[in-house]
This record gives sequence, structure tokens and C-alpha cells, in this order.
Amino acid sequence: MEKVIELKDVWVRYGTQTILEAINFELKEPNGLLGIIGPNGGGKTTFLKVLLGLLKPYRGNVKLFGKPPEKSRELVGYVPQYKGFDFDFPISVWEVVLTGRMSHTGFLKKFREEDKKAAEEALKTVEMFQYRDRQIGQLSGGQRQRVFIARALATNPKLLLLDEPNSGLDPHMQDELYRLLSRLKQEMAVIMVTHDLSAVSVYVDKIACLNRTLHYHNSREIPVEDLEATYQCPVELIAHGIPHRVLKNHEENS
Amino acid sequence: MFDFLQYNFIQNALAAAVLASIACGIIGVYVVVKKIVFISGGIAHASFGGVGLGYYLGINPMFGVLPFSLLSALVMGTVSKKSKIPEDSAIGILWSLGMALGIIFVYLTPGYAPDLMTYLFGNILTVPYSDLYFMLALDVVIVGAVYLLYKEFLTLCFDEEFTTVQGLPTEKLYLFLLCIIALTIVVLIKVVGIILVIALLTIPASLSRKFTYNLKRMMLISIAFGTVISVTGIGLSYALDVPSGATIILVLSLVYGVASFGMEILENIKNSGA
Ligand SMILES: Nc1ncnc2c1ncn2[C@@H]1O[C@H](COP(=O)(O)OP(=O)(O)O)[C@@H](O)[C@H]1O
Ligand SMILES: [Mg+2]
Repeated sequence: MEKVIELKDVWVRYGTQTILEAINFELKEPNGLLGIIGPNGGGKTTFLKVLLGLLKPYRGNVKLFGKPPEKSRELVGYVPQYKGFDFDFPISVWEVVLTGRMSHTGFLKKFREEDKKAAEEALKTVEMFQYRDRQIGQLSGGQRQRVFIARALATNPKLLLLDEPNSGLDPHMQDELYRLLSRLKQEMAVIMVTHDLSAVSVYVDKIACLNRTLHYHNSREIPVEDLEATYQCPVELIAHGIPHRVLKNHEENS
Repeated sequence: MFDFLQYNFIQNALAAAVLASIACGIIGVYVVVKKIVFISGGIAHASFGGVGLGYYLGINPMFGVLPFSLLSALVMGTVSKKSKIPEDSAIGILWSLGMALGIIFVYLTPGYAPDLMTYLFGNILTVPYSDLYFMLALDVVIVGAVYLLYKEFLTLCFDEEFTTVQGLPTEKLYLFLLCIIALTIVVLIKVVGIILVIALLTIPASLSRKFTYNLKRMMLISIAFGTVISVTGIGLSYALDVPSGATIILVLSLVYGVASFGMEILENIKNSGA
């Protein structure tokens, strides 16, 4: 079967600064939720942009479903990290979600019946269909987040990428988000990036750590060394809030 | 009291006002929601180079402005996205470069440049009949482009990165939008002049934003505002014998100011009542 993601020796630079270093990464399972944790500025957003083909690595090879990212647009959904976004923009929930159909509809064509069906279904999945005529600024943070998830789902992706989807949400809304993601992961591969360790909760199937380099062992446990390397401080300082079964301890590991 | 309507130049002026309002009503909405007021101002001012070139070559300056403003749009769009210079600095440099070229061209042209001032400050009361056809043709291109690319432009303005992720040629779309803005500027130059063009691109659209959250409705409302206000401006400038371009802008600003202020007061009353 085709691998969902395959990165071989990927290096990314901004100017002279190396942001991602020698990343090798494979995701084979077509469903499940992978959490990627790492400190602020660790390169998590950059990593997603590489997967999306928004950034070209200066070295290495990126493949999604066996093809370069530019060729797999219709298979990938993206929920960006929204900071500094203009929520006053004159656009309705319905219009936002429809933009997730552009890769299917094609250039210069009007939206078809099947595009509208997909948008409706996506909005129903996130339980926001009744808000379809609202302007996006007139929603709560949690509702808006769900609209952006619906926009990604409208693409009918096989891979869903979310950049810090939990930031700015209160614990109750975060919980709802995770429950939504664990429903979605039945049907697609989901990758959620976050700097918030407590977000890596019971819902995550696998965890990777990213801070310039990527530590990933195809499991839901993080070796303490990886975590310490990623955050560059002792685990006692950062483990607070992580369920214990996520953390592999030293004895087990050696 | 409407007997001034029988004059040809007044009829031309009113037709020009409507044609200009259509262009700036539609395109101004994009300029405002995508927050590209500064680059649009840059394109407008740089296109003065085209006016100078027109005089220098001895052709109708409008035919110098058209290619020159398109070129400015492409160069500014490319440089501001691609180069390492901060976007606003790049725009500032090209803005003044275009104007400087225009001044040199005018200086090199033998004799003096008749109605140079109309290009800088506009004079809708002197728009010749032939220019109306030119404006109409540009309006058709502008409306046609927006009709065909409505959903693409909406996505582009709302979220450029996501537009790329959806596989659309984001950069080309952005450059094309700037070219359409350049065409709009050409339509507007005769009405208010290069210096004041940016007011027509921003005020009606900003005003319409206060009344709706729907992009299409914003366009219709700002066309209506633009038409009513520029016609009022023309009437006032005729009656008071003051420059038409500046009068239109003054009326626009006044209406915008009153509307903003009025709505704020209404808001406060509503809030304190609740
Ligand atoms: N456009 C850019 N130009 C230069 N440096 C950047 C740019 N975007 C991000 N960086 C740098 O790359 C590093 C990683 O950023 P990012 O991927 O956003 O981290 P994270 O999402 O993990 O917080 C940071 O040091 C940041 O300053
Ligand atoms: Mg980030």
C-alpha cells in the first residue's frame, strides 16, 4: 500500500538559518491521529508547510501518497494557525467552506452541485451547518475553528493537517475538538501540531517531537531523552500535565 | 433647475461619473478587503510616467498611461513579493520612480504640456466623448474579469496561503488583480486625477462595508454610493465653480465621516439601551 507521507533527508533554511535538519519521516497508516509536539519556534509550522508544498526544502525529498505535494492537493486538508487574521472580512461561513472545494472544481468554473454537497456535509460533520449564513467574525473562537476544519474537510482529504488547532480554546472546547478529531481519524490520517504538551491527551495514537530535528518512533510513547532533547530542559519541568502512560521512562527505555 | 443637463459636457461628465463608479465600486472592494491600498496608490502615482511618455511621444496621454500602469502593477507586484526589500519600501521606491520618469518626459517634450493638470487633479467636466468609449471598454474588461474570477479572487483576498494549497496559481492571480486595479485607475484618472484616485478606490468601498458583510452586495452598494456622490460633486463643482475632482473627494469624505460618526452614536445608544 502507498505511504501517506514519506520524507527523506529533508533540510529547510530561511536565509542562512537552518530550521529543519535531516528529517526522515514515514507515515504508513491511512488513519489515526499523530500529535507533533515541540517548543515555539521549533519548526512545526515549517514542517507542515513543507508537507503542503508551500515551502521547498533545499535538500531532500517529500512525497505524499507517492507524489510530490503539488500533485496531491485534492488529498490534503489544511487547517492553518490563525493569528493576525482579519475576521472582519466580508465572507460567510458557507463561502469559506466552499473555498475548500477549489482544488476539485477547477479554475474559472462555477461551483457544482457536488461541491455544495461536500461543503454541506463538511459543515454538518463539525455541527456548524445552521451557522452557514453567518459572517465568520460573528462566531466564537471554537466555532470558527470548526469552520476552518470544515473548509479542510470539504476537500475530502485523506490527510488532514492541523496547526495548533487547540490554541485559544478553553478546556471544554478543546475537549470537543479532540472528540471531533478522533471521529475524523477513523477515515483519514490526521496530524495535529501543538506546543501545548497537555494537548497530547488520550486521543492521540502516536507522538513525534520536533525541534529542528524530528524524533519519531512510530508509537504513542515518547522516550524521555527525546522530550529532553526537544525541549532542552529536564522532563520534570515539562512533563506536568502529560498523562503518564505517554511518557516512557528511563528504565524501560534502556 | 435641471437645464444644465442639456449641455454636452455635463452629459459626458455624468456618463463618466457612472462609468468610473462602476469600476471603482467593484475593484475598490478588493482593494479595501485585501488591504492593498498602498500598492494601489503606488500604481496610480507611478502611472504618471505614462502620462509623460504620452506627451513625449505625441500621442493621447491615456494611451501612455494604460501600458505604463499595467507595467507598474506587474513590477510592483513582483518586486514587493519576491525581493528582500520590505514591501512598503519597494512600493515607495517604484511609486516615486514612476513619477520622476513622468516629470523627465514632460520636461523633454518640446513646447508645453496642455492640460497636464487634468491628469494630476482630474477634470470630469472636460472629458471628451472619445474617452467615454475608452472608459466603457475598460469597464467591460473589469466587470468581465471579476465575473469570471469571482470565486478565485474571493479566496485570494481571504486567505492567500490556502489558495495555494488548493492548487490555484496564487501569484499570477494576485498580479492579475493588480492589473485589473491598474485598469480601474486608468478609468478614474480623468475623473479625479492621479493624486486623488486612491480616494475613489477606498472611500465608497469602506462606506459600503458598514452596511453589509457580503462581497457582492458591497460592490453594488459602493457603485451606488460612488455614482450618487460623484454626481453630487459634479453639480456642486459646477454651481460653485470649484475643481470637480477635489469636490467629489470632499463630498465622499464628508459622507464617510458623517456615516462613521452617525453609526458610532447609534451603536452607543443601542448598547446603553440594552
Ligand atoms: N518567513 C520566515 N522567514 C524567516 N524565518 C522564519 C520564517 N518563518 C519562520 N521562521 C523561523 O523559523 C523558525 C521556526 O518557525 P515555525 O515553523 O513557525 O515554528 P513553530 O510553528 O514550531 O512555532 C522560527 O525560528 C522562526 O523565527
Ligand atoms: Mg507555528
